[in-house]
Amino acid sequence: MKFLCVTCDAVMEYAERQLPGDGTMAVVYGCPTCAREIALLTNPMETRLVSGLGIQVGGRSVPDQPMELIRSALATGGDAFADRAPESVVPSAGSVSWSEDARLRLQSVPTFVRGMVKKIYGEYAAERGISEITPEIMDRARVDLGLEGM
Amino acid sequence: MSPRPGPGAGRGHSIRTYHEVADPGAEGVVAQIRDQARRLSDRLSRVGAVVAVASGKGGVGKSAVTANLAAVLASRGRAVGAADVDLHGPSLARMLGAPRAPLSVEEDGVQPARGTQDIRIMSMDLLLTSADAPVRWRGPDEGAFAWQGTLEAGAVREFLADTAWGDLDILLLDLPPGTDRLARILEILPRLDALLLVTTPSEAARAAVARSARLAREAEIRVTGLVANMTAWRCPGCGRETPLYEADGAGRLASDSGLARWAEIPFDPRLAAATDGGRPFAIVEPNSPASREFRGLADRLEAEIGAHA
Repeated sequence: MKFLCVTCDAVMEYAERQLPGDGTMAVVYGCPTCAREIALLTNPMETRLVSGLGIQVGGRSVPDQPMELIRSALATGGDAFADRAPESVVPSAGSVSWSEDARLRLQSVPTFVRGMVKKIYGEYAAERGISEITPEIMDRARVDLGLEGM
Repeated sequence: MSPRPGPGAGRGHSIRTYHEVADPGAEGVVAQIRDQARRLSDRLSRVGAVVAVASGKGGVGKSAVTANLAAVLASRGRAVGAADVDLHGPSLARMLGAPRAPLSVEEDGVQPARGTQDIRIMSMDLLLTSADAPVRWRGPDEGAFAWQGTLEAGAVREFLADTAWGDLDILLLDLPPGTDRLARILEILPRLDALLLVTTPSEAARAAVARSARLAREAEIRVTGLVANMTAWRCPGCGRETPLYEADGAGRLASDSGLARWAEIPFDPRLAAATDGGRPFAIVEPNSPASREFRGLADRLEAEIGAHA
């Protein structure tokens, strides 16, 4: 998929992606020549179709996690995966703490995928020098990393 | 009838076509898809032979054949993996005695479960909340037909690419029924070294499996063998064999398709009971006629793979 600024005959560049949490997605593209911006809006079905390909619009900002698609999409999954403690996987993530609100929110993530989600948030915070993960940081990470459905 | 307008027609714009725009696009979609394919190819590069067990028809015993074949190969010291690609009807994990326990996620991928004969197993059965839980995906009900097929193809790719199989001599893929499923797996796999088509003597099975045989021929799969299952019932008292079906669909399929019958497995109620209980019949009853056929099937498969390596 490519977006072309008809006026400038220039390929528009990816600017940002927003996931409001209702299954929809907004992706902004800008023309590098005239700076005109457009937004691609997808409904939940279209958003799922894209994520079902195992790709992320705008490119991946974090590496794939093993069986990421299955773990995030399977609604009837149990405690099937035993993730290694995130601290042991990413040494710098060990210094990241979780606020009480963030912990509560993490508890709402299905156990099937919770370990993976915690690891991703931990890496996100560590890479940015964030010492504590709060719900606001989680919101920001969801948008920045394109964590559709997490 | 007016001529069809060309690209850019309508408001006077002259818009370049997709292929005329050299920029790969900001999405990086093509790069991500290529990366997925590369990961699968890298994973399978450590597998000696990838073998699919398919049919086109349900209920012919694909999973039982897969489980017993895997067990025979593993009993010979081969490193064997078994991937249950039947997402909605998984049974391979149970047949191979894999415990329902959390799978360890390592840097290299998800560690497969270990079943009888140390066979490495990945199955949706291992991931569900309970043995009777159906597979349900998160997503909108509306348009589910549009996204579920894509998602399930991705799930199969992840099963194969993200399982830390390690070095394997043979990876067996237990496919779901349906000719289309064989076509899908052929699109996903970078290579398929052999295909086993399982059928019963029934005419209905023959017709369904014939489509898969044709697909295999068109896909130029070099090694394809026919496995006739439930061919006859053997009286345990006198040893006399009685055909279970009037038709000889497997024989007709072999002659029509030119495929050789690599095994003719007689019906044995103990086979189903043992295999369902996680004890492959070919191992626990090695002297039975069915078990001899499984060993013969393993011989033929290894010989054919070796000959085409």
